[in-house]
Amino acid sequence: MKELTYADALREALREEMLRDPTVILLGEEIGVFNGVYKVTRGLLDEFGPERVRDTPISEAAIAGAAVGLALAGMKPVAEIMYMDFLPICMDQLSTQAAKMRFMSGGQLNVPMVLRTQYSLGRQHGSQHSQFTPAWFLQVPGLKVVLPSDPSDAKGLLKSAIRDPNPVLFVESGLLYRTRGPVPEDEYTVPLGEAAVKKKGDDVTIVALSRMVNESLLAAKKLETDGISAEVVDLRTLQPLDLETITESVKRTSRLIIASDDVKRGGVGAEISASVTETCFDYLDAPITRVACPDTPIPFSPQLEQQYMPNADRVIRTAKELLGK
Amino acid sequence: MATITQVQDVAQNEYSKHGLTKEKLEEMLRKMLIVRKFEEKVEELFIVRGLLIGPSHLYLGQESIAVGAMMALEHDDLTVTTYRGHGHALAKDVPTNLCMAELFGKSSGNCKGLGGSMHVAIYPKTGSLYATAIVGSGIPIAAGVGLGLKQRRSKQITATFFGDGACNTGAFHEGMNLIALWKLPVLLFCENNQYAMSTPVKLAVSSPSIAERARSYGMETVVVNGNDVVSVYVAAKSAAERARRESLPTFLECLTYKMKGHGVYDKGEYRPRDEVAKWLERDPIATFKKRLLDQKVLTNAEEERVDAETQQEIEDSVKFAMSGSPLPFHQIMNYVYAE
Repeated sequence: MKELTYADALREALREEMLRDPTVILLGEEIGVFNGVYKVTRGLLDEFGPERVRDTPISEAAIAGAAVGLALAGMKPVAEIMYMDFLPICMDQLSTQAAKMRFMSGGQLNVPMVLRTQYSLGRQHGSQHSQFTPAWFLQVPGLKVVLPSDPSDAKGLLKSAIRDPNPVLFVESGLLYRTRGPVPEDEYTVPLGEAAVKKKGDDVTIVALSRMVNESLLAAKKLETDGISAEVVDLRTLQPLDLETITESVKRTSRLIIASDDVKRGGVGAEISASVTETCFDYLDAPITRVACPDTPIPFSPQLEQQYMPNADRVIRTAKELLGK
Repeated sequence: MATITQVQDVAQNEYSKHGLTKEKLEEMLRKMLIVRKFEEKVEELFIVRGLLIGPSHLYLGQESIAVGAMMALEHDDLTVTTYRGHGHALAKDVPTNLCMAELFGKSSGNCKGLGGSMHVAIYPKTGSLYATAIVGSGIPIAAGVGLGLKQRRSKQITATFFGDGACNTGAFHEGMNLIALWKLPVLLFCENNQYAMSTPVKLAVSSPSIAERARSYGMETVVVNGNDVVSVYVAAKSAAERARRESLPTFLECLTYKMKGHGVYDKGEYRPRDEVAKWLERDPIATFKKRLLDQKVLTNAEEERVDAETQQEIEDSVKFAMSGSPLPFHQIMNYVYAE
């Protein structure tokens, strides 16, 4: 094992896949000369040249549309959309074009593209540069949605996303770019569609995604000292959704918390809650409970933003309530 | 500095100069008739016989654009077209049977009945790569296809088709900018049929002309009589040569007119009668056929043979379509994700 930051692990994935497959190309705003706003693409322009690391104008609809066209023409584009808040500008290409092409062509077309983006909740970026909206994409069959929470998964999942024959939305967390973690030395991939049990436990299941996985692991550690054994499941992929791992865990613990950085109403937690209720109703000893953001836009003020964001403490409080402790 | 060229109609005595042999001219007529008869049959199947349902956007009156353009392309050049795509599909050699079966929603259709009328021009086997039902969205996709082919050092080029309505969308402008900026080998056929649904161009486009917009992106632009198949062919041929030789795009504004309304149920009654009458006199098939007969390129007997053969092909396609069945419902899951 070696230790890498989340950003460096992502860069290794891009670089290794570019070396492995000459059709892999990157495009996006500021990814080349500027080395990427979060330095994920640092050095890649020098190594691979401007044809394979292509700086684009600020033109999200065209970036996503060009990625779709590149994929149709036999390339494997990895496009970068700087903030998740900018996805609505290219939603047509992602949701109405890329995701539906294979289906409505009766299987004649495949769209092997990756659209990388990140959300910056917790970085004082204000209402229009912070939001995490993964649940929108649950309504888009045909798209895969991946959200890594640590450097090792970030690398392995990105490599799988690039090799996948489907359009993949790859959502990174801006707050995690500088976090460090162990990454295998040797070549590896992490399959899409498999959740990971990041900590074993018996009393309550915490299903978390992206940044909230780390907060949930912190929470689980503290809960341990209070005699509560929490299991933490990192979803890793939202589409396809690994309900099997979640339900297997809930059947053992009988309690479920869903922790995520999205707005609570209509969010990822709502979907997981409904699905688990359909299959695990008889196993539940407490209401399925969500730890998520309030139903407001994200406030700028750092103090307000801290109160707005879910965190380990809220997970702890929720777990104790569910267990009556 | 990019220029706008108003292309004059190609005179008949110049046909041979452009390599238009009798065989080629007959093929143009045949293909236009296939599109015309297909659309007339579709209209009948919808309105008279009630066998087809859903939106269907007929290509009647614009046959000369798809046929002229596709015949100027190579078989493996790639197209990105639209929901008004029956003509594009047929002109790009998507088999008539498959197109008709697709309209009937049968598994024997080219998209297995999952696409329908608006996506019938998806058949990559003949280069008919994609057809979108969202106005304007094909232009950035065409940019990507063009970029991919260019980076693969392919000789293939890309052609995209869209209407006047697309020119007011953001996707049009973003796509145009990339195509011009990156010098991509893409032909952009703007089929200006004067109306976006019922809204006339003059109520929707701020600039003096659509061609003027293309020129402002630094793109070579030609304005051509879209109802003259030979003029479209010659303009497209020259644009295709430039794309292949110099990797440069060309914008071709093809002036035309919908013979009927926006969709199969729209009678287009919002249009002035004298305007409709004026354009019907310029019917791209009637005028072309008359020229071929007047100049004795074709005899009456030959013309009648082409007419009968194309009519038979359409009748056969309806039989083929009606004999098929839809996909079993449980199979639709298999088309969402590739393994």
